[in-house]
Order: sequence, then structure tokens, then C-alpha cells
Amino acid sequence: MVVKVQSAPFDPGAELTAFSKTGDNIGAVVSFTGLVRDVADGLQEMTIEHYPAMTERAIAEIVDEARTRWSLADALVIHRFGTLHAGDTIMMVATSSRHRADAFAAADFLMDYLKSRAPFWKKEVTSKGDGWVESKAEDEDALCRWDR
Amino acid sequence: MVDVLYFAWVRERIGLPNEQVETKAATVMDLVEELRAREERYAVAFSDISALRVAVDQELAEFDAPIGTAREIAFFPPMTGG
Repeated sequence: MVVKVQSAPFDPGAELTAFSKTGDNIGAVVSFTGLVRDVADGLQEMTIEHYPAMTERAIAEIVDEARTRWSLADALVIHRFGTLHAGDTIMMVATSSRHRADAFAAADFLMDYLKSRAPFWKKEVTSKGDGWVESKAEDEDALCRWDR
Repeated sequence: MVDVLYFAWVRERIGLPNEQVETKAATVMDLVEELRAREERYAVAFSDISALRVAVDQELAEFDAPIGTAREIAFFPPMTGG
């Protein structure tokens, strides 16, 4: 498992290529890349704050939980913080497994949990001022899908 | 003595990223009550705890969680990662 929390940009393609070479006898790699979206009022910048002492451990716990649920060869999570702009890559998740079902499900699970349980907060600066992005009820509801 | 951390709009409303607090609070909620009683900016930040989350020693917790020997308590809005 690799978890990287960083302000620096990264190349998702290069990360995915490197990740696909790890793991023994894997048959499937699934990846998700999250980008900064523009908003109605025109996004000037997005600032992502995090809780440094907690972030990597919280992500590692989420990945550990995924590994108890699905048969994964490996998992990669990269999440940026700091100042970003529309179109920038915020984060990526990749999972690998022997068969695709495990990699797909685990990546989906990781995204749902990273959104609502990893200590990041987004602030948007637009032409009309700035504001913290509010969490959505549907993001919390999405976690219920994984109850067992 | 416990380190209290604030993130996102909680940090902005209180005007501090962290501070050391001398407390005898038994639970997180007791600590919230002590902070609310301090000054208006705390009362405002903690006016609706349903809009807040808390971590005790870097683990998500409930507001009725005991503080015990915890060294670090963090308050923040619901997370918006991903």
C-alpha cells in the first residue's frame, strides 16, 4: 500500500504505469483521478486544508478496511493539499487484484470513504467571494451502501 | 492540559489553528461547554455541534466520548476530501 499526501502536482499516468508493475500476478488495475471542477461563479482557486497528524493514518485505515473486504494485490492513494486551480489533479486512487470485480469495488469504496472520512476540507475562491465546500448528504448516504 | 486544534471554518471563526487548554472536562461535550463559555467567537463556532466533527488523538470520535488521557482534540466541519 502506498499513501501519499502532498502539495506537489503529480502525473497520474506515470503513477498508474508504475503501480501496474507492482503486485504479483495481477490481472486487473482500476484507477480513479479527481480533478478540480470549475464552479458557476468562476473558480479562481481552490485551497485544500488537511490535518497533517491524522491524514495519512486515516487513509491507511480506510485502505486496510478495503483490504479486509476484497482480495487486493495492492492499493495506491495520492491526495494533494494546498492551492489548486480548475483542471488540476486533486487526487488519485488505484487498486489491483487478480480479477476485476475486487479492484472495481475496492476503488469505489475507497472513493466514498476518502470523500467523507479523510480529514480534508476544500475552500473555493470565486469572483463572488470565498467559501468552504459543504459536505453533501448524498456523500454520507453513499457510505451506507457499504454497511454490513 | 490538552492541545485543541481547529480546522477549516472552525479555525477561521475562532481565529486560531490550535491552542493549549487547561481543562478538567470529562468528555468532549464538557470541553465544548467550557469553550463556549469563554468568548463569543467560541460560542458562535460551537453553536451547532451537529455541523461539527471531532477527533480525539487523531481518531474520529463522538461528542460524548471521554477525554481520559487524550493529548489532542480536533474540531472541524464534515470532511470534503476526494
